[in-house]
Amino acid sequence: MPDTLLDVADLRIHFPTSDGLVKAVDGISFSLERGQTLGIVGESGSGKSVTSLGIMGLHHGTNAQITGHIKLDGEELVGATPGRVRELRGSKMAMIFQDPLSSLHPYYTIGAQIAEAYLVHNQVGKKVAHKHAIDLLGRVGIPQPASRADDYPHQFSGGMRQRAMIAMALSCDPELLIADEPTTALDVTVQAQILDLIWDLQQEYHSAVIIITHDLGVVAELSDDILVMYAGRMAEYGSAEDTFDQPGHPYTWGLLASMPRIDEARLERLVPIKGTPPSLINVPSGCAFHPRCRYAGFTGGRSQTEVPELREVSPGHLAACHLTGDQRRKFRTELVLEETEASTARMTQGEA
Amino acid sequence: MSTPVSTAGTAGAIGGAGDALLEVTGLTKHFPITRGIIFRQKVGAVQAVDQVDFSVAPGQTLGLVGESGCGKTTTGRLLTRLLEPTGGRIMFEGRDITHLSMGKMRPLRRDIQMIFQDPYSSLNPRHTVGGIVGAPLRLQKVKTEKGIKATVQELLELVGLNPEHYNRYPHEFSGGQRQRIGIARTLALRPKLIVADEPVSALDVSIQAQVINLLEDLQNELGLTYVVIAHDLSVVRHISDHVAVMYLGKIVELAGRDQLYAAPRHPYTVALMSAVPVPAPVRVDGRRQRRERIRLSGDVPSPLNPPPACRFHTRCWKAQEVCRTQEPPLTELIPGHRVACHFPENTAASAE
Ligand SMILES: Nc1ncnc2c1ncn2[C@@H]1O[C@H](COP(=O)(O)OP(=O)(O)OP(=O)(O)O)[C@@H](O)[C@H]1O
Ligand SMILES: Nc1ncnc2c1ncn2[C@@H]1O[C@H](COP(=O)(O)OP(=O)(O)OP(=O)(O)O)[C@@H](O)[C@H]1O
Ligand code: SF4
Ligand code: SF4
Ligand SMILES: [Mg+2]
Ligand SMILES: [Mg+2]
Repeated sequence: MPDTLLDVADLRIHFPTSDGLVKAVDGISFSLERGQTLGIVGESGSGKSVTSLGIMGLHHGTNAQITGHIKLDGEELVGATPGRVRELRGSKMAMIFQDPLSSLHPYYTIGAQIAEAYLVHNQVGKKVAHKHAIDLLGRVGIPQPASRADDYPHQFSGGMRQRAMIAMALSCDPELLIADEPTTALDVTVQAQILDLIWDLQQEYHSAVIIITHDLGVVAELSDDILVMYAGRMAEYGSAEDTFDQPGHPYTWGLLASMPRIDEARLERLVPIKGTPPSLINVPSGCAFHPRCRYAGFTGGRSQTEVPELREVSPGHLAACHLTGDQRRKFRTELVLEETEASTARMTQGEA
Repeated sequence: MSTPVSTAGTAGAIGGAGDALLEVTGLTKHFPITRGIIFRQKVGAVQAVDQVDFSVAPGQTLGLVGESGCGKTTTGRLLTRLLEPTGGRIMFEGRDITHLSMGKMRPLRRDIQMIFQDPYSSLNPRHTVGGIVGAPLRLQKVKTEKGIKATVQELLELVGLNPEHYNRYPHEFSGGQRQRIGIARTLALRPKLIVADEPVSALDVSIQAQVINLLEDLQNELGLTYVVIAHDLSVVRHISDHVAVMYLGKIVELAGRDQLYAAPRHPYTVALMSAVPVPAPVRVDGRRQRRERIRLSGDVPSPLNPPPACRFHTRCWKAQEVCRTQEPPLTELIPGHRVACHFPENTAASAE
């Protein structure tokens, strides 16, 4: 029996603004088991952070209109009281943010802040909490944790601050950990350390992890399943293997073709996605991706008029696109060929 | 492909010392750290760039890569003479421009231009696109054939923007479009050398590819020479002919792109490349696996007190006593491939 911890169904998060209704998240569904990692990818403004803040109940006090379901261990969070959600946050679920500096208080020591987070949910004395904080700092790889606990955030490097944030998130053994761009501000060698740390902690705590990033490399390293978002909607959802080996949505194809890759032959020319990401107030009709999609003319006008439903492209692997299976296979093959030619053209040129 | 055979000339000239457009020898920038308000005392210096040698042949691209704080931007600002070097020499078209006065630099400003990282803050929000792109023409009092407006509109078209958007303001454009505006402004004076500091790192993946392709097209059409600064190793491989890897103010490795990526020799370069997450999940029996990589411990040390001798020795897994006492010089191990390390990787000896 699957050990499902989080079940999100048809989640919508809309913001009324003076310019119109921002449909930041518009019908997202996924589920996540304990010990599993879901990677959410998408470009800037696609609704990744709004989704994660929604799960953490952090839209309270804003004018966000939230519908759908967020079930954590069977308990419905949409419509739950702010008090109940606050209780769960820090005991059952925790989040780490992109910019640790903005979430750490500059005037308190790192140790005091972690101890404080622990005290909120545990009836223990200050001493015990402080000792727990030092333990946690050691666990996340801070050298000499007992003395470094007395440092202020500005005395930590970027990588150490992110470790401190993770220590704080772990202070209550969360069953669900959401990491929103946890390594975007970090150097690549430090990023590798943090990804390792998240991996190790997950093995140890058996927690469910959601990792949110625009970096396809980062999700590929950590995730079991991948959700690709475009304009607040799901473009593709499947296992990491399927999504990267047989991507089913033209947007995912575009993302993969437009990024230079260090692990493959160098392409003479990248294949960009034309145009720019859409406004979430005036989302394009039909498939939100249609103004940028090179295959939008092959669906008999449906791409422009009908929002595509998520359909299985292979067992358990979903994509929201009107192309038929035959079309998808044909276009995908052509695109891969186009890329291969771009790299081999260069190689023969080089030999000449 | 045009990998020119290095003549192993002085100062690590690539492409032959004689025909370099830009040649840099012993380039150094130390920022003094002072204390006291009335009696300013020098208490130390940030060794931001230290004894850097490289050269770039006309029409070629040199990539400068390394982690945060290693001195990439400082190098770029020295090349464009936005900063005064502490030591060393910069030759442009065979002419020593190291200490040219502002007045003498003025005509050269047309030949050497810089593209900045942040497409948001580098454009004045109160000026129209026409004003921004035309400003260098007005400042330099350039006589244009068809007038400034027509010239600017041509430039906008060249970078793929609608010439009719001449009267719009920066906030009306997306990040990628703003970067195009910045590039158009750079091109206004028909420069020979462009120093691009992280030209795509603030952009979404799909937009990055558009701007990278644009830079490549412009280079081919206009015969431009580039120094491209970036921390993304995949982007650098895609765009560069030669690549210099920097660590704590020093160039530790310098080679032709294919040579460098096929067989990096400096342990830091090897670690850096292995840290890059790649969008290809590793699976064994359907379970995700951790990618094998070299794990560096710790962060980059402070450039205020860089480690003596080999600056990488505090993080290097191959460090020996000699690394802590003798600075390894940047030596040409094989033609066109220079490395500063006592025990380089990927050599015939280390392969056995
Ligand atoms: N409180 C709010 N009111 C109105 N619009 C909002 C609000 N919060 C977010 N949005 C909008 O919702 C959209 C999705 O934002 P979100 O922060 O989720 O993007 P993201 O995918 O996390 O992007 P990034 O990669 O840049 O972090 C954006 O267009 C944003 O401007
Ligand atoms: N004006 C300045 N005064 C003092 N120190 C400076 C100054 N400018 C840069 N530095 C220092 O010089 C070093 C090199 O900085 P630089 O901006 O060149 O790094 P970088 O490689 O461009 O890094 P990043 O990838 O973060 O942009 C850093 O330690 C920086 O703090
Ligand atoms: S539905 Fe149409 S526009 Fe959307 S991804 Fe599929 S082919 Fe492209
Ligand atoms: S000189 Fe020594 S410490 Fe420096 S990179 Fe080479 S092996 Fe490592
Ligand atoms: Mg976000
Ligand atoms: Mg910089």
